[in-house]
Amino acid sequence: MAKKSETIIKIENLSKSFGEKVVLDNINLDIKRGEFVTLLGPSGCGKTTLLRMLAGFTQPDAGGVITMEDKDILSMPPHQRPLNTVFQRYALFPHLNVYENIAFGLKLKKVASKEIDKRVRKALKMVSMTDYEDRDVNSLSGGQQQRVAIARAIVNQPQVLLLDEPLAALDLKMRKDMQMELKEMHEALGITFIYVTHDQEEALTLSDTIVVMSEGKIQQIGTPIDIYNEPANSFVADFIGESNILNGTMIKDKEVEFIGHKFECVDSGFGENTAVDVVVRPEDIYIVGNVENADFTGTVKSCTFKGVHYEMFVETDKGFEMMIQDYNAFEEGATVGMFIKPSDIHVMRKERTCNTFQGVMTSPTTVEMLGTEFECKEQGLKEGDNVTVRVAFNRVELHDYKEDGKLIGSVHFILYKGDHYHLTVKTEDGDFIYVDTNDIWDNFDVVGISIDKRDIYVSKRV
Amino acid sequence: MKKFFAQLYLWILLALLYAPIIIIAIFSFTESKVLGNWTGFSTKLYTSLFSGGAHHSLLSAIQNTLSIALIAAVASTILGTIAAIGIYNMRGRKKQVINFLNDIPMLNPDIITGISLFLLFVSLGISQGYTTVVLAHIAFCTPYVVLNVMPRLQQMNPNIYEAALDLGATPFQALRKIIIPEIRPGMVSGFILAFTLSIDDFAVTLFTKGNEGLETLSTYIYADARKGGLTPELRPLSTIIFVVVLLLLIIINVRAKRAAKRKQAM
Amino acid sequence: MNFIAKIFNKRANWAIPYAIFLAMFVALPLVLIVVYAFQDAEGAFSLENFVKFVEQPEAVNTFIYSIGIALITTILCILLGYPAAWILSNRNLNRSEVTVVLFILPMWINILIRTLATVALFDFLKFPLGEGALIFGMVYNFLPFMIYPIYNTLKKMDHSLIEAAEDLGATPMEVFGKVTIPLSMPGVMSGIMMVFMPTISTFAIAELLTMNNVKLFGTTIQENINNGMWNYGAALSLIMLVIIGITSLFSDGEERGDSDSII
Repeated sequence: MAKKSETIIKIENLSKSFGEKVVLDNINLDIKRGEFVTLLGPSGCGKTTLLRMLAGFTQPDAGGVITMEDKDILSMPPHQRPLNTVFQRYALFPHLNVYENIAFGLKLKKVASKEIDKRVRKALKMVSMTDYEDRDVNSLSGGQQQRVAIARAIVNQPQVLLLDEPLAALDLKMRKDMQMELKEMHEALGITFIYVTHDQEEALTLSDTIVVMSEGKIQQIGTPIDIYNEPANSFVADFIGESNILNGTMIKDKEVEFIGHKFECVDSGFGENTAVDVVVRPEDIYIVGNVENADFTGTVKSCTFKGVHYEMFVETDKGFEMMIQDYNAFEEGATVGMFIKPSDIHVMRKERTCNTFQGVMTSPTTVEMLGTEFECKEQGLKEGDNVTVRVAFNRVELHDYKEDGKLIGSVHFILYKGDHYHLTVKTEDGDFIYVDTNDIWDNFDVVGISIDKRDIYVSKRV
Repeated sequence: MKKFFAQLYLWILLALLYAPIIIIAIFSFTESKVLGNWTGFSTKLYTSLFSGGAHHSLLSAIQNTLSIALIAAVASTILGTIAAIGIYNMRGRKKQVINFLNDIPMLNPDIITGISLFLLFVSLGISQGYTTVVLAHIAFCTPYVVLNVMPRLQQMNPNIYEAALDLGATPFQALRKIIIPEIRPGMVSGFILAFTLSIDDFAVTLFTKGNEGLETLSTYIYADARKGGLTPELRPLSTIIFVVVLLLLIIINVRAKRAAKRKQAM
Repeated sequence: MNFIAKIFNKRANWAIPYAIFLAMFVALPLVLIVVYAFQDAEGAFSLENFVKFVEQPEAVNTFIYSIGIALITTILCILLGYPAAWILSNRNLNRSEVTVVLFILPMWINILIRTLATVALFDFLKFPLGEGALIFGMVYNFLPFMIYPIYNTLKKMDHSLIEAAEDLGATPMEVFGKVTIPLSMPGVMSGIMMVFMPTISTFAIAELLTMNNVKLFGTTIQENINNGMWNYGAALSLIMLVIIGITSLFSDGEERGDSDSII
């Protein structure tokens, strides 16, 4: 067998902006031959754009490179690219029947009709749709339509199959069945699958490799187990599975303090007394009725049966709320003791410890930043100075009525940190402001944003 | 009880609406020159309508009406379909401008459209006749074709064009094999609408037909009525038109129902 | 050739031929109306056409009279048409699609033939042709254009809104007054557009229905154009366009959704 490189698709420096909005920000990714790769992320993270660039429906900004088998494919129009796509809403041709839909690509390639017949039947068998050749595609159920869409793509024997949230429109039961079938199909065909989904469970079930994306950037690339057990940052931890994400301080190597207690951990190299994020999965907290010798204690606030386990919210002795999953139920109001194994404590570097903006002084007591002018204290700076502005997370005020704020923004991402919420608020101009608050907000809430002048710290930028 | 009065209201209104047409239909089966004067059952008006002879000018007006409508409908269906695909793929300001221009002929009263085109042709020194009437009809019919094709494009799953490209179709193949079959119902109803609008038109034709003696059915009736007496053959003609339109509407409705059923099945 | 192929590769460019056509046969002719309106017979810029209009009491009277007739026709059409549209759209009162088609059908018959038929009917009933016949004839001609858009909006209306209002304690009358009527306003608006516009601009219909006894503004315009008074005719057309522009401001954008597919 001729030696083929292990990498089938190489993506380098891929960026895309629509006007001001950056959809993809310098993506670099190698996809291995025969792999099942999942692009995972919330809607608007750029995963679909990336897939459409592979298929050729969207062009990246200048400078990006996509090669397949070491050949540049960006210059090829979609119909010449050696990969096929399964579309989210199936995109079956409504005026053609099942057979004609599947044979569409082969007919265009002028394949002999006997060969077409053979291959269409094989493809139909592959997706368990034998005997459906003559059916009107509009009369098929969602699951059947999806099977036809898959057959229509694989019948062309592509080296790479792109799947854009193919199961999103199916109900839960059907989705589970199709997941298993897709995995079997991937093994049987031996080709590369690139799969886009926002469903983390689906990604964990199906993939060899998961690429977690957010805000147009790759957050983490790894096997499902890596991503689940060793999330690279608080976004990944929150997005994959359920977790308790807490502010902590790395006291020294292998010792971390959070929720008001010191714990032994396995991480090191963070330095001393460094602020960190700590992630503990709810199933990794051991809960007992006996408070003696416990790492920390608390009171059960709620207990819900979830089928296999119970999900409990416990208020700890220092006033933090934690989610715990256990096979045993503890009654509401019960005093409990808890333990966490050192290896179950995941310590992550904080991406930031306060808001940092670039600004210009418009007078000694006003600074222009985020597209508007803020008052600030006299800090020995003069008009025209370029400055870096720092605002603590908990010093940004949010208002119900957008008129009450200096800026208008919408809640973009919410992280519960045990005793407060850490919000990412996106301003109208697309800037991000990070806010710690005890108030409850929902995603996409429109808020007014203001900052008291005493809380704005400016320093001259050099 | 409530239903009874509601239905009664509808049927009184319908009776009023249809009374004139029914009178005409009834008196198309009698020979009398004056309407309202029953001189016994006869189909003579029908035969004389088609035998030409004395009413040669009426026959040629009908011919003109039909040929102008056919040419205008075909031309505006082609022009309007291509334009709709273009507009559908446009974005932003340009799209707004062209949509605005496309609305004008539909919002403008016929008399304004007619006069404005009349001024165009005289300013450009184009002698008016058959060609100018056809051009004018294309101008006010095409917006309706665009308006009928556009929803089909919007309803279309935008991915099916991409799916065709993905499966190896060139953009032209994708258009011919995928897009056109999808928007065909819109093209058909656009064509029918254009055809009827053209047949119906009176004001625009009047201002763009010139004075070389070109007449369509509408202008013929107008001229005839102005002269005082109405050609009796107009009675059977109106009746026939009424029946044809009735049949057409039934066909269109059946088609629409079938389409709706198909959609439901999806 | 290659150049042309390249242009049409981008599908947004497919609108170019039609854009040129629109510029030529829609935009330019309208510009010409304005140009002619502000010119005297020699082609110099002048306001004399408008001065002439204002100074001729006959023209101004016809103008006001026409607006009056159009208003009366429109109001009568709403009064007669709204109940009909409401009954047609109400599932409890009417389930027959045939009745709906019967109401739409007259829209598809040549307006002159319909007018002619009305004249014939009046003749038959020995009803005198004149102002009364004119208004009756106009209502008869344009009633379907009022019923159809209202029917369409009522039909598309989310029925659960009515149930919600009932659930919140509204009596049938209150439901009708506070939910049904406000929600059907877009339909009424496009109905007004579809009736008011043709009635204010009509000319042939009035001539036939009144034996040329009553003169409407449309007739004035047409006579002037026919008699070679293009500049004056253009000025009168411009005045009519302004009136129509004002009317359409009231129903800004509404008529689009409703008149899009008459079939």
